[in-house]
Amino acid sequence: MTLLPDLALVLLILTAAVWTVAVRDRRDAVIGFIVVGLLLSLAWVRLNAVDVALTEAAIGGGATGLLLLRACARLVPRPAESVLPHPAMWILTGLLCSVIAAGLAAIVVMPVEPPATLAPEAAANMGELGLGNPVTVVLLAYRALDTLLEKVVLVLALIGVWTLTPEQFWGGAPASLRAQQSSGALRLLAQVLPPVGVVIGVYLVWNGADHPGGTFQGGTVLAAMWLLVMMADLREPPEIRLHTLRLLVILGPVVFLVAGFAGFWIANGFLSYPPAFAKPIIVIVEAALALSIAVILGMLVAGPAARAPR
Amino acid sequence: MMPAGYATSEGGALLVIAVMLPIVGMIAIFALGLRRAERIAFIILPGGLFIALAIAAEVARTGAAVTYVLGGWQPPLGIALQADGLSATLMVLTALILCAVGLFARGTFSTPPDMSEARRPMVFWTLMLGLWSALNTVFLGQDLFNLFVALELLTFSAVPLVCLDGRRETVQAALRYLLFALIGSVFYLLGAALLYGAYGTLDMAGLRLQAHYNPATSVALGLMIVGLMAKAALFPLHLWLPPAHAGAPAAASAVLSALVVKAPFFLILRLWFDVAPQPGNQLAAQMLAWLGIFSIVFCSIIALRQVRLKLMIAYSTVAQIGYLFLVFPLVMASDAPSAWQSIGWTGGVLQLVSHALAKASMFLAAGLIAEALGHDRIDNLNGAVTAVPISVAAFGLAGLSLMGLPPSGGFVAKLMLLTAATETANWWIVAAILVGGILAASYVFRVLGRAMAAPKIGFKTLAHIPLYRELVVLGLAISAVVLGFVPLQPFAFLGIGRVGLP
Repeated sequence: MTLLPDLALVLLILTAAVWTVAVRDRRDAVIGFIVVGLLLSLAWVRLNAVDVALTEAAIGGGATGLLLLRACARLVPRPAESVLPHPAMWILTGLLCSVIAAGLAAIVVMPVEPPATLAPEAAANMGELGLGNPVTVVLLAYRALDTLLEKVVLVLALIGVWTLTPEQFWGGAPASLRAQQSSGALRLLAQVLPPVGVVIGVYLVWNGADHPGGTFQGGTVLAAMWLLVMMADLREPPEIRLHTLRLLVILGPVVFLVAGFAGFWIANGFLSYPPAFAKPIIVIVEAALALSIAVILGMLVAGPAARAPR
Repeated sequence: MMPAGYATSEGGALLVIAVMLPIVGMIAIFALGLRRAERIAFIILPGGLFIALAIAAEVARTGAAVTYVLGGWQPPLGIALQADGLSATLMVLTALILCAVGLFARGTFSTPPDMSEARRPMVFWTLMLGLWSALNTVFLGQDLFNLFVALELLTFSAVPLVCLDGRRETVQAALRYLLFALIGSVFYLLGAALLYGAYGTLDMAGLRLQAHYNPATSVALGLMIVGLMAKAALFPLHLWLPPAHAGAPAAASAVLSALVVKAPFFLILRLWFDVAPQPGNQLAAQMLAWLGIFSIVFCSIIALRQVRLKLMIAYSTVAQIGYLFLVFPLVMASDAPSAWQSIGWTGGVLQLVSHALAKASMFLAAGLIAEALGHDRIDNLNGAVTAVPISVAAFGLAGLSLMGLPPSGGFVAKLMLLTAATETANWWIVAAILVGGILAASYVFRVLGRAMAAPKIGFKTLAHIPLYRELVVLGLAISAVVLGFVPLQPFAFLGIGRVGLP
């Protein structure tokens, strides 16, 4: 009986994916992409991977979708008779993609005996750290180095976007995120939603230690609230030279680094936590990371500076 | 199921510092930035060099790999960093080249006195340091996902360097580079996920113990190697490299060509010899070598036809990368007791190191020539020797390594590869090495001939180049030459800490 909803979900995902590829209009394709992201997050829920589902919805559906929509708005409209790749190229690309997809599917479907997984071992040490969410244990204990380096990647991505700033605008503010026609409904939404959204974001971070949720999901919700406020024209994006902005961007990595190096003295080395204080340290690191993620995502969507510093 | 565990060794904390020190510098510049970008970089650069040397000394002293287990969590659950002879060598190489490039860039990426922060210096120095951390992580990582993160760090530091000038065509080149690099990452990640699904571990040592031939393993390794090939710009996935490396400012080009494309090659080497079921697949090894041969011949010919100096050097990079991929069949067919004791292995690593030094020197020399003359059209280089004599000399010395003429590291490397190819009767590889040498000689001498020619009437230099910048370039070229005096035999140091050795 449970097979039916799953089959329906799979069909929906496939339909949305095909539509995204086939549709001619750029904007429609982006909207298709967002829909696929949201449907995929439903699939993750069905697979009991709520953390992945939350991330997929927030990043795959939300943040990436917004970025792509902004890009669409800034691109010149494509002329009707624009150059399309040769049909042979289409067929070749399609063929190659199908072969890879079919090969991967064949391998994934093949059963592995015994199923190879580290999940039981990952869960075994949860008590020692006082955490209830195995995903958080993986991200902030076993694989803390990866998480730390990923946050550095985010800072580098922001620098990469800022690289595109014209010389004379360096230090200035990104272009306004205002929607073309200012709408009263958006303004109202931007005044009503953020208080609730911020609470949800903070809850996701705070709760991530023991339940699904965590820094990335919480941080993205916070970023979404900030972006909403900017799009409704209630706030302008800040100048990129602002000291406070810079400090907020690096806050997460710095707190993480300090906690990591402190491990040399208070525990057994880099990125290890003393058992008695593991949970408070991890929660502080997560809070700082979420704040930095929110600011970085917001600034990534806002783009390079487009005005001279005042 | 559990492989023999890792244990943090004495001096293991050095590995953590090698990865984290550049990040600390990068964050400091980002936060304090302003006028201090360069000063912060000049604290980190010698510090990082010292750490790399200390790690190499520790490896040599103990005769074993230096290891650090992060957070005390044993792999495969946790992550370990490990420096063996090969990675220590590459870390020292990276530190040396970055320090040289840092000195060279002092002149071009200083914050102007009337500004609190400028775009170019801030971006350049933060990305350089990010790049350094990424490279060290690639050399030290033992976990496939940790290495994926290192590759992402590398991509996001390297790509913006390409469009530092902000010109339209450099932004285009950077975007193309980004697309190739990200597609490579996706393939790598897919492969890593498949391996985890099949063996339940991402730790290389654990995988080596369990890996056996089955469809999942072959497909996974194939995907990962193809993804890394795109990042290493092996023919025919090299299309992104020439515009990217030629469009970047000279200091960035030097690092991109000398070091960044070597990181994915290093990972292919590790996947091949440290993860894949042994003995490796003959057919795949031959295919990699053939792509290498195509790279050498095809891109050398294109280099010969270039109008602009930097594009010529960039095509030469693709050709020289090709030599690295010759090692797979050579090492596999060797009758040495282990891969690391074969002449092909040492030849390959020496080719990597000497090309890094020579190519860094060459790109920097091209940068100085362009600064002095105001252009880099090869047919119009007359008089370069009077304007920047030391740089032209450095270009020639570095050229020796590319051609494989004595005395130079490139000569010894190519001789070792040639010996290995003759011993194992890989005649096509012998032919490719010889033809590649002749083609490289043609494109290097074409530039030298022009640069040495008498200046045209009315010739004047546009900019005065400080002596120290020319000396940095010469220093790199001389290091590549000095490598030519190493003994013609496998180095024991490169085998330290490798599996299967006593």
